[in-house]
Amino acid sequence: MEHQHKEHSVLAEEFNADEARVNWHDETLWWVRQKRDKMAWSIPEWEDLREAASRIKHNVLGNLHDYLLEFERNAQANGAVVHWAADAAEHNKIVLQLLQEQGVKRMVKSKSMLTEECHLNPYLAEHGIEVIDTDLGERIVQLAKEPPSHIVLPCIHKKKEEIGDLFHEHLGTPAGNADPKFLTAAARQHLRAEFIQSRVAITGVNFAVAETGEMVVCTNEGNADMGAHLADVHIACMGIEKIIPQRKHLGVFLRLLARSATGQPITTYSSHFRAPKKGQQLHIVLVDNGRSRQLGREDFRNSLKCIRCGACMNTCPVYRRSGGHSYHNAIAGPIGAILAPNLDMKEYADLPFASTLCGSCSNVCPVKIDIHQQLYKWRQVITQEGYTKKTKAAGMHAMNIVLSKPGLYKTAGGVGRWVMRTFPAVVNNGLNPWFKQREMPEAPKASFADWYKKNRKQ
Amino acid sequence: MSRESILAAIKNNQPEQQALPDLNAFRRTGPGDPAAFRKVVETLGGQVFGISSYTEIQPLMAEHLPDARKIVAIQEQYWPGALTEWEAGDGRQFEDVDLAIIPGQFGVAENGAIWITDIEIKERVLPFITQHLAIVVSSQDILPTMHDAYEERIARPEGGFGVFIAGPSKTADIEQSLVLGAHGAKSLTVFLYTPKS
Repeated sequence: MEHQHKEHSVLAEEFNADEARVNWHDETLWWVRQKRDKMAWSIPEWEDLREAASRIKHNVLGNLHDYLLEFERNAQANGAVVHWAADAAEHNKIVLQLLQEQGVKRMVKSKSMLTEECHLNPYLAEHGIEVIDTDLGERIVQLAKEPPSHIVLPCIHKKKEEIGDLFHEHLGTPAGNADPKFLTAAARQHLRAEFIQSRVAITGVNFAVAETGEMVVCTNEGNADMGAHLADVHIACMGIEKIIPQRKHLGVFLRLLARSATGQPITTYSSHFRAPKKGQQLHIVLVDNGRSRQLGREDFRNSLKCIRCGACMNTCPVYRRSGGHSYHNAIAGPIGAILAPNLDMKEYADLPFASTLCGSCSNVCPVKIDIHQQLYKWRQVITQEGYTKKTKAAGMHAMNIVLSKPGLYKTAGGVGRWVMRTFPAVVNNGLNPWFKQREMPEAPKASFADWYKKNRKQ
Repeated sequence: MSRESILAAIKNNQPEQQALPDLNAFRRTGPGDPAAFRKVVETLGGQVFGISSYTEIQPLMAEHLPDARKIVAIQEQYWPGALTEWEAGDGRQFEDVDLAIIPGQFGVAENGAIWITDIEIKERVLPFITQHLAIVVSSQDILPTMHDAYEERIARPEGGFGVFIAGPSKTADIEQSLVLGAHGAKSLTVFLYTPKS
């Protein structure tokens, strides 16, 4: 097999087999996008905030070396232990070693897309350690043995009846009960027991402040805090791009994050972890995993500004209709499609093509990443590097020949129109991808060039 | 040790430095509006009571939570007769606490968030593990925006842990249906305290 995964278009087609479900998925995410709009429009200085956030992040990219050292120094002064991991494997090894030192076999983790990116859970499972994801959506997909399909709404692809069945099987709730309130209460009970027994807690990090050496973690459920405050050892895993310069910059990002993500004014909890509590160990794992390489790609480095709000997914016409799993990557949607090729260009060569380039993602991005332009640029890089599918490359090659020779273009156009008029079945069939879900238009009798020549004289 | 190689790669690849933006234009002059603050907290699923004496807390909470038995109050005057000597333990002693009443340093009018640190509450897990949470904040301590909060009140960190709490714990992970009480407190009551002049 050439790839580990099916291509986006194939996975999207599978998702589209159930039309009612696709429509529901589409509408649900669009509703979240509308909530975001309402919140954004209620703040007159919204566009200035986006600009400020983008410029703060740009400053970070230009000073990342010094900011990381400043963060490390301050975090150590606060009593934390700082670890550095070049890639996913090193990150996983560091975490495993910390867990083995504690003799832990079962522990809690709050949402961290980085640990998804590093495939930490399966790695720890191989070493006999069970990770309990504590974000409700993440716990649901974990019970279903699936990855999250959205970075903010991990089980947005699941219907409540499916969740009811999962809970019946794993948590012993009554069969057929799919009431969200009841199921949430059952999960609360189940996960409280896990928080109480767990001696180590892993959390993600939303922002790490160089000036103070503190980390901010945002949740609505309170799961990061329940885990971290009850544990003897708190391990915080973060990508190196999560650094921001000063504490006051949190004002900008905390105003933007939840409004962009779910249309809330702020998440329920914005927790500032600076020093470990008495008797507790705090470990911070700083992970590169390709980020320093992306920093060197001028056209793509702005992708590192991402604050993981998910707004680009909620607005994307392709994501809403193809589902998060079609991106076969920890981070789905438009932002995932510009981050993933940096990790493995061959494996994720299909993702930058999973877009209409409509630009809606760039318009809602709270840190003004030029997402759709990067999608377009990745297509060129991927094609130049020879990672496009053979059929696509052949089509592009044929188009290049025809479009670069005016005489040939004219002849080809005439032949095409004649064929479409005389033998419509040649194009109106399942072999033509443009025929899917639509009728081919009736071909005009004359080309535009002929029409223009004739009408200009009048 | 990957530290040196990561830092070297970053130094080599990072773009030219750009100046940080000035955030002063985002500041508001004057205090925050307690009425606006109250409205946002209510939208978030919390309830707000204006009080002029701490003695009003007990009857109001008794009405809201008639079955609350195990109660922790950070200041004795919030709830005379609340649990004492609750500080011994690693946080798990709060597992069956029905209600915690804690002070908030200030509130933010734009988003209903209240700032709390481990200096006042001592045990960090308390506002999360309690079944229900009440926060007492002075109506004089409402700031307009997050910028004002960070510049005026928390430019430097105090304590090892601080948190903005905005509303009760919640989730919408099951079909986007909003449910209050995910892992943290199931309800939030805010007492806006204005002493009689």
